[in-house]
Parts: sequence; structure tokens; C-alpha cells
Amino acid sequence: MAVLNVDRIAAGYLSTLIINDLSVSIPENKITTIIGPNGCGKSTLLKAISRVLKTKSGAVYLDGRAIHQLETKEVAKKMAILPQTAAAPEGLTVFELVSYGRFPHQRGFGSLKKEDYKYIYWALDVTGLNEFKDRPIEALSGGQRQRVWIAMALAQGTEILILDEPTTYLDLAHQLDILLLLQRLKEEEGRTIVMVLHDLNHASRFSDYMIAMKDGTLMMEGTPEEVMTCPNLENVFNIDASMATCPFSHNPICLSYQLFQKNK
Amino acid sequence: MSTPAGVSAEIEELIEKNKKSRPIVAIIILFGGIFALLVSIALSISFGAADINLETVWTAVFHFNPDLTPHQIIREIRMPRVLGAAMVGSCFAVAGALMQGMTRNPLADSGLLGLNAGAAFMLALCFAFFPGLPFMYLIMYSFLGAGLGAGIVYGIGSMSRGGLTPMRLVLAGAAVSALLGALSEGIALYFRIGQDLAFWYAGGVSGTKWINLQVMSPWVIAAMIGAIIISRSITLLSLGDEVAIGLGQKTKTIKVFGMILVLVLAGSAVSVVGAVGFVGLIVPHLTRLLVGHDYRWIIPCSIVIGGLLVVLADLAARMINPPYETPIGALIALIGVPFFLYLARKGGREL
Repeated sequence: MAVLNVDRIAAGYLSTLIINDLSVSIPENKITTIIGPNGCGKSTLLKAISRVLKTKSGAVYLDGRAIHQLETKEVAKKMAILPQTAAAPEGLTVFELVSYGRFPHQRGFGSLKKEDYKYIYWALDVTGLNEFKDRPIEALSGGQRQRVWIAMALAQGTEILILDEPTTYLDLAHQLDILLLLQRLKEEEGRTIVMVLHDLNHASRFSDYMIAMKDGTLMMEGTPEEVMTCPNLENVFNIDASMATCPFSHNPICLSYQLFQKNK
Repeated sequence: MSTPAGVSAEIEELIEKNKKSRPIVAIIILFGGIFALLVSIALSISFGAADINLETVWTAVFHFNPDLTPHQIIREIRMPRVLGAAMVGSCFAVAGALMQGMTRNPLADSGLLGLNAGAAFMLALCFAFFPGLPFMYLIMYSFLGAGLGAGIVYGIGSMSRGGLTPMRLVLAGAAVSALLGALSEGIALYFRIGQDLAFWYAGGVSGTKWINLQVMSPWVIAAMIGAIIISRSITLLSLGDEVAIGLGQKTKTIKVFGMILVLVLAGSAVSVVGAVGFVGLIVPHLTRLLVGHDYRWIIPCSIVIGGLLVVLADLAARMINPPYETPIGALIALIGVPFFLYLARKGGREL
């Protein structure tokens, strides 16, 4: 069942349209990953889905209702987002930032209730940040910082998580760390996760559903087996890929690749 | 992995331990600040050309006797002056805190971003073309002028490729302030109103009268209450627009409302003391250092500390070279400029 439906949207910035007439459905309780070359509109699609960017035409439906017509705080109870360029203000502690995830559930001046503390400590716990909770965020490493933002999104307690390149700038172990966490959230709690990843092999290994984009249009969607094929990678990235099978997930991976000759 | 509802015993314990330390610091700053502010106000009233002791200050305030000269001096000259100083300081400080929070620009200050110069320019126009305009209307032109200054600076800043960086805005602010300042002086020369305008540019509270305070205080009080009401939303905005939207914040509504508050606060303050800069830069940073990043605390504490700073600056301004008064604008710049350079050196990035 689809929890998010994108219906023929056009979106962009100022007068430039980045994506045009795009429709796609995001399946519930699954990990969906959007892939595509730089500037293809992955982040724009993600922003449109998460109502950060208003669509110029068409609509995004959340549980069957147009997202821009819903009260934004109500949407925030169902959907948490982690932007690509999240940067914390100086001096903010881990605990404080994570506690802002409770905002959609609070009223008035917003003092933290017991329920809020439960979510905050749970989020700190699953992201392994308990020992850092009183440290200022700028004192943490890149991988830890990324986990703080994820913890904030988790504290929001939403069914849907939307993440824009959650593994960028992280080293190999930390990348896997984040992806395994997301996988656990899906499997043990049935969360719906939508993200943009640059690493095709990670996308294939951890996704149930993949969306390939190019020049603002949807090129291919389906399971990793369906999307991760030589002809598709040629179409989307213009690369000559050599495929293999991931020994862990048994999904297809791109072993190596080269560029096509220019005159082809 | 346990679900949030499942975690219990140890968390209950943590919750108890975490009845946080920061609000306590903030409360100390708040009440300590109010106390310090009252003491400095009293000192400021007692200090001056005619020496008046604190006891007389007390009786003049609480048991006013119009036949006594010291009481007259206190009531008619010194009280409006010091209360004006306190109010103006709070205004600039809260305006700065709001701007810094909403735009994530650590260099945001109504002086640096052209609001003060805009308001002062509008006041110069009023003096030239509508001499004798009552203060009630003057203050509204001042709001308008602050909006004009902000509008031009943001307009110029966003024209440049690569968008609005904090540095670019400050450069645009400096250029626009210089232009508006020059225009105001031109108007002053042409219409021979230099005398009226001089103290506006130096930044002085000595001309404050009861009528100014009467007209200004409803605006200022309303704007401060507004600022406290949206303080929580300002904290979210300070995390960045996208994060704020993701958390269910109506970012546009809050920004428009916040900007109106800033214009009212900066406009009111300029209409009384002129274009005093840097208060809105220094105070929020100092407050943030003391009470952390939560604008629910930053804004009330900025009200108190901003008032305190300008009252003390005004007191110092009168003590440095009596009986002459050093312009408080110059005194505050003495602290403000090095502070600005320090922030600018840090790169003017990320708040």
C-alpha cells in the first residue's frame, strides 16, 4: 500500500522547473531510495514530497489527502525530514537539539512532558548518543553529528522518515551504521523511509524500492533487481557498468564501471 | 530495539536528573539582571551636575514633592532619560536577537543591516518637510524608515549572485547606511535643521521626554510581548528553514510577524536616541553565551541586559568628561566594533 502518492507534480525554484509532470508512489513500511546523477532533481523531489518546496502543479498526497492542504503541524506528526544541509547553531547540546523533535507534539510554550522525555531518551539510545547528550554538537565528529539529526527526526515519532543523503561525508563504517539503523527501524517498527543516496550499492542493498531519475523525470522504478541493470545504469548515469551480486543482501551491485566513448 | 513506550525505569531516573540546569542559570540572569538594572537606574538618576543622593531619588520617585528642586530635576530630566535609555537598550537588543534567530546570521543587528539609518533618514525627512510633527506620528515614520532601510539592504544583498550571505548583507548594510546617512546630512544642511538632527546621529538619550516614553511604551511593550510569544518558533527557525518546516513550523508567518516586531522595536528606539548601533549585536551574543540557545530565555534576558547595557553606557557617557557628555553611540561602538571584528573573523557563518 502506498502511503505517499506523488501525482503529476512540477516543482523548481523561481522560474526554473527542475521536475515536471512526475508521478510516483512510495510504498508503506519499506525503504525507498531515489538515485540519479547530480542535478537530476532528486533533492527537489524529496523536498516536494516533504512539503518544504511548494509544487507548481500537481499534488503530493499523504494518506490520501493533499499535503499542502493539511495543517503543517499535523504533517509533522506523521513525517520527519532530515535535510541535506542541516547545521546546528553553535552551543546547542545534543539533548537540546533532539528535544526539538518533540515540537509538533507540544502546545503553547512547550515544556517537556514525560512522554516527550521517553521519545528523546529512546532516540538517543537507538542512535548510540546517550553518553554525548550534554555535549555541544560542534564538539562531535561528522558521523556523530549526523546521528544527532537522525535522533531528532526519530524523537519526532513519525511513521515516515525522509532523509536527503544521510550518509554523505561519512566514512565507510559510519555509513553502514546509519543504513543499518534505518533498516532496523523499518524491520522492527515498520517505518516508511524515503531517502536519496549517491552510493548505488548501498541503495541496492538496503532498499525495497528504487526510483531512478534523470533530468527531472522518472526513468525507472521498481525493486533493486529491476532497477539495477546494465541498460538502466547506462540510461540514467551514462556509464558502462559491470554488475555482480551483493554477498550480504543478494541484490545486484555495480562492481565497477567505465565511461562510454564520446563518439558512441 | 525497544519502542519509545517500552523504555521505563532508567529513563524515569534520567528524567528526574534532567530537571535542567540551564533554566536555573537563566532565571538567575533574569532576576539578577533586573536587580542590577534597578540599581543602575537609581545610580544614574542620582549622578549628574546637581548631586542628588539615593535617598532623595527614592523620595522623588515614591513621595514626589513638586516644590523641591531636586525632585523637579529627577522627575523632569533624569527619570525620562534613564527610563528612555533602558527601553531603547531593550528594543535594540530584542530586535537584534530576533534578527539573528530568524536569519541565522550572527552579524544581524539593526544598525549593521541599515534599519537604524533608514529610520533616521525618515526622521530627517520629517524634520525637513513636516516640522513640528507630533512624536506620535514621527514614531510611525520611524517604523516605515526602518522597513525602508531593511528593504534596500535585502534587495541589494539578494541581487548579488550566490544569494544572501551574512557578510554580503553587512556590506550592503554598511553601504546603504552610508548613503542614507549622507542623504540625511544633505537634508539637514539644505533645510538648516542640523541642530535638530545632530544629537540623533551622535546617539543620545539626553533629549528624552515623558511624551516620548508615553508614545513609545505601548508599541514597545506590545512588540516585546510578541517577541516572547514567538520566541519558541524563533528557536526552531534558528535550526534552519527546512528543519523548521519539517517540525511543523509555519516559517513564513513567523518571519513576517518577526520582521514587523523588529521594525517596531528598531524604529521606536531610533526615534528616541537615534542610530545607535551594536547593542543588538552584542547583547544577544552575550545572552546566548550565558543562557544557551533557547530563545524562550534569550529574549527575556536580552530585554534586561540590553536595558542594563545602555543605562550603564549613558551613565559612563556622563562620567567620562563632565560636564560634557560623550555620545553613547560612540561609547557602545567602543565595545561593539572589536566584538564585531571578532565575529567577522570567525567567518560570520552559522548561528
